[in-house]
Amino acid sequence: MMKPVFMTYTKKDLINLAVCMVLSVLVIPSFITTEYWYTSILIPWLCLALATIGQQIVMGYTGQLALGAAGFMAAGAFAMFNLILRVPDLGFVGSLIVSGLIAAAFGILFGLPSLKVRGIYLMVATLASQFFIIWMIDKFGWFKNYDSSGIITAQDIVILGKPFTTPLAMYFVCLAVTTVLTLLAMNMARGSTGRNWMAVRDMDIAAESMGVSLLRTKVQAFAISAFYCGVAGALFAFCYLKSLEPVAFDIKLSFKILFMCILGGLGTINGAFIGAAFILLFPVLLNAIGNNVFHGAIDATIISSIEQVIFGGLMIIFMIYEPLGMAKLWENIKQKWKTKFPTMNIKNLTSSIGKKS
Amino acid sequence: MAQERKFKIGKPILEVKNISLSFGGVKAITDTSFDVLEHEVRAIIGPNGAGKSSMLNCINGIYKPQQGTVSFRGQQIPNITPNIMAQMGLSRTFQNLALFKRMSVLDNILVGRKLHTKTNFLEVAFQLPKVKKEEKINRDRSEEIISFLEIEDIKDTPVGKLPYGLQKKVELGRALATDSSVILLDEPMAGMNVEEKRDMCRFILKVNDELGTTMVLIEHDMGVVMDISDRVVVLDYGKVIGDGTPDEVRSNQKVIDAYLGVEH
Repeated sequence: MMKPVFMTYTKKDLINLAVCMVLSVLVIPSFITTEYWYTSILIPWLCLALATIGQQIVMGYTGQLALGAAGFMAAGAFAMFNLILRVPDLGFVGSLIVSGLIAAAFGILFGLPSLKVRGIYLMVATLASQFFIIWMIDKFGWFKNYDSSGIITAQDIVILGKPFTTPLAMYFVCLAVTTVLTLLAMNMARGSTGRNWMAVRDMDIAAESMGVSLLRTKVQAFAISAFYCGVAGALFAFCYLKSLEPVAFDIKLSFKILFMCILGGLGTINGAFIGAAFILLFPVLLNAIGNNVFHGAIDATIISSIEQVIFGGLMIIFMIYEPLGMAKLWENIKQKWKTKFPTMNIKNLTSSIGKKS
Repeated sequence: MAQERKFKIGKPILEVKNISLSFGGVKAITDTSFDVLEHEVRAIIGPNGAGKSSMLNCINGIYKPQQGTVSFRGQQIPNITPNIMAQMGLSRTFQNLALFKRMSVLDNILVGRKLHTKTNFLEVAFQLPKVKKEEKINRDRSEEIISFLEIEDIKDTPVGKLPYGLQKKVELGRALATDSSVILLDEPMAGMNVEEKRDMCRFILKVNDELGTTMVLIEHDMGVVMDISDRVVVLDYGKVIGDGTPDEVRSNQKVIDAYLGVEH
């Protein structure tokens, strides 16, 4: 292991971080000018990656099989809507934090079953959050400000009096929030907090014998996870959907986030970004192949079916051959390169490819 | 032990009184009492199924005995849980290894520093100066233990990939990292070869000698037990059948009968 040079970061981490920042702040905005990329790929990628980090904390790090990320995202999104509507003094950033905290409160509530049940039974218990939160928002008109149309337009994003309404501006809002929260998550994951999570995941009785409180650790993980999902949900609604409707946060989204988490690699932060990118970009890629290679000869419904088939197949393949997902696969490839070409300076190569970690 | 000890054997630190434990109709432990003196090496021996591990699990709070009490430093502990006992200064290892398999050796040992970690998750997230200071102290202590156990070269390896003997060492290291005054070792030498056993004995005695840690260990290998322990308690069918120095126990007829069998 390399010695940390700054906080808990090694030199390699800092290089990776710098490359990611240069890529995302300078390179992407100056080279990508089509709005499509921002509104349909980059913004949802950042939002969903953030939600996937939330799922990672509770599932990848703490080992609690939870399935209800979209419910917490809905809680965050509607909390955001109501806070901006009713407490305008909070401002955008303040509202974002408070909506995360509201989602975290739900996380604590629905994390409590984890003390008694585990595994697949816990998954079923956490499904309650998914259905309860959506039901609550639909049932009580107050949450939607008594809007009868079913779809509410999200308010414009205003930070310190400046509007952030162009796709590029919204991309920067998402990028800033995601970067800060990712760094905080990495600090926790690498520090004593993350060690407690992983201890509970790997052997709870031994963790308890070392003085790790199961109650505190599990509930804490659920709360932090829901905070991340809540913030991600608010960004998802305000920057990507630009509207608020409970159906957008249905169980399908929860499953999507679960897949991102598993395919990306359980118990890794960079896996969240890899998994989210894969699941978002794969359908785009398939469509492009359908249009350009087969020139539309294949029906769009067939393509979307193929997509499901491939996702399902990949899930099974990963579960059997590489349970630690694409992040681990990437590590293995790097390792193989290193042993194959020991003379080559792999460090320059990998950092130039740049991995969001 | 002929030579002068740095930590003289003192007053009872751990007292077990009239413990009875049964699972349904099966009696694992019946009305068992013994004590452990400060700074001593105390062994619990007995044939298979004598209730030795159950005894440790009662002391540590994993099992709740139907009857009896456990006192630590003269203070009776009402609701024993593993967490409370850890906070009182009692750590343990497990018979079937209970390591954090996907974490590195260093991280496993760092978890043992949990009770010396006072910062909360927000402070950790923002990496406040006191977090860094605390982390450094904990890491230094863990490194110390790692070099004490002579496992420096594997400290970044995930524990699940290590052979059994090394895993046992790591588990001892994790228990040591807690800086507990009492460590319970559940069969620390099971499944080891002669050389590994000798190593483990050396570490146990060294810890006891240099840190004054009270050691309570369960072991099958009679030779080992007689060599390293100050006093031995013998359990059979959940009852104490012998208690005293290795020599006393060795000459105890009941113990000989339990181990060799008697003609009826």
